[in-house]
Amino acid sequence: MSLEEQIRGYVLENYLFTDDQSALNSADSFLEKGILDSTGILEVIYFIEDEFNVKVEDDEMIPENLDSVNQIVAYIGKKQGS
Amino acid sequence: MSSTLTEIYTKEVIDFDKDKEVEKISNRLREILRNKLHRRGLVIAMSGGIDSSVCAALSVAALGKNKVFGMLLPEQDSSSDSSKRGDLLAKHLGIECVVHDIAPALSAIGCYEWRDEAIKKVFPEYGEGWKNKIVISGGLEGQVNHFRLVVQTPDGEMKEDRLPLKEYLQIVAATNHKQRIRKTMEYFHADRLNYAVVGTPNRLEYDQGFFVKNGDGSADVKPIAHLYKTQVYALAKHLGLPDEICSAIPTTDTYSLSQGQDEFYFSLPYQQMDMALWAHNHKIATSELAEALNIDEAHAAFVYNDIETKRRTTQYLHAKAVLIEDIAEL
Repeated sequence: MSLEEQIRGYVLENYLFTDDQSALNSADSFLEKGILDSTGILEVIYFIEDEFNVKVEDDEMIPENLDSVNQIVAYIGKKQGS
Repeated sequence: MSSTLTEIYTKEVIDFDKDKEVEKISNRLREILRNKLHRRGLVIAMSGGIDSSVCAALSVAALGKNKVFGMLLPEQDSSSDSSKRGDLLAKHLGIECVVHDIAPALSAIGCYEWRDEAIKKVFPEYGEGWKNKIVISGGLEGQVNHFRLVVQTPDGEMKEDRLPLKEYLQIVAATNHKQRIRKTMEYFHADRLNYAVVGTPNRLEYDQGFFVKNGDGSADVKPIAHLYKTQVYALAKHLGLPDEICSAIPTTDTYSLSQGQDEFYFSLPYQQMDMALWAHNHKIATSELAEALNIDEAHAAFVYNDIETKRRTTQYLHAKAVLIEDIAEL
């Protein structure tokens, strides 16, 4: 399963309660679409740290890294590559 | 401060007619008890803080001292000053007042145990004689709002670390027991006396969802939910409440280390937050707010955005249970 599929699967299952892939576009802003609130973002951070063994530093906890499937994929890729 | 915004705000919010406001609230309280709640008096838990003190005084103004039942509900993390101020207020108002230490009840349901277990995940050495609080972080720096745990060792050394989500939620869930047990006690006496329960949020707290659902958020009537906190302080003075109460600095009185509301929840101290909320409600530009508060415009924009975010994310705290279908008969 690709990173994108894993993230999508997590968001679809835990926040949208569906396996319908059309319910989420990978570029959708979680905050703007009301998919996640700030606690939801903290849950995503927990998921990323737990699942991908990535330590999200305080200064990385910004919407640019965490507000869509695409942004999370890019962020994890960057962290794992560094 | 910008003359325009500050002048309008002073005229509209600070210089309101306090006699008229007390009369309006008193009339409404009597009308609400008579026509909606059908209860004979009011129960109020007094924390020693400004909001509950003003609510108690307004209750007495509305009904007289014999129809108001006061409660002091301290627990092991309450400041002794809070109880002293509560006791002072009860004597000042001349109302019947009971003191019920809720610490044993909280211990019995595991409030402290669950909280301490979560704290120890972050600071394993935490134990007897340590103090704690949670502070909010990140929002002003453009980060996602998150929480930090601050502890003080018995020697007075302060330590701080980021609070992981699970532990944050567990600490908040455990400490929410405090507000919920208090409300259970308030309703016990309300049921016993056939009285209604007073909720004490000010406008800032009510609007921004700064309360515990089924805890301090639960009540039959909320007499000051339309008043900015600045106005509540003004009413306290106007009603002649003791100086110790009028000058009390607002804290949550929930954690063993003193925790300001602006450390945990709001992005500015209450005087500034009041103005920001009023300005946002009156569609004042961020540039004007920034000038009035002497902050930069990006900060003012963050505050407006944070107000909207909190309104959105705390809607569920205000909401009644959601039904699958409406019951047309009710």
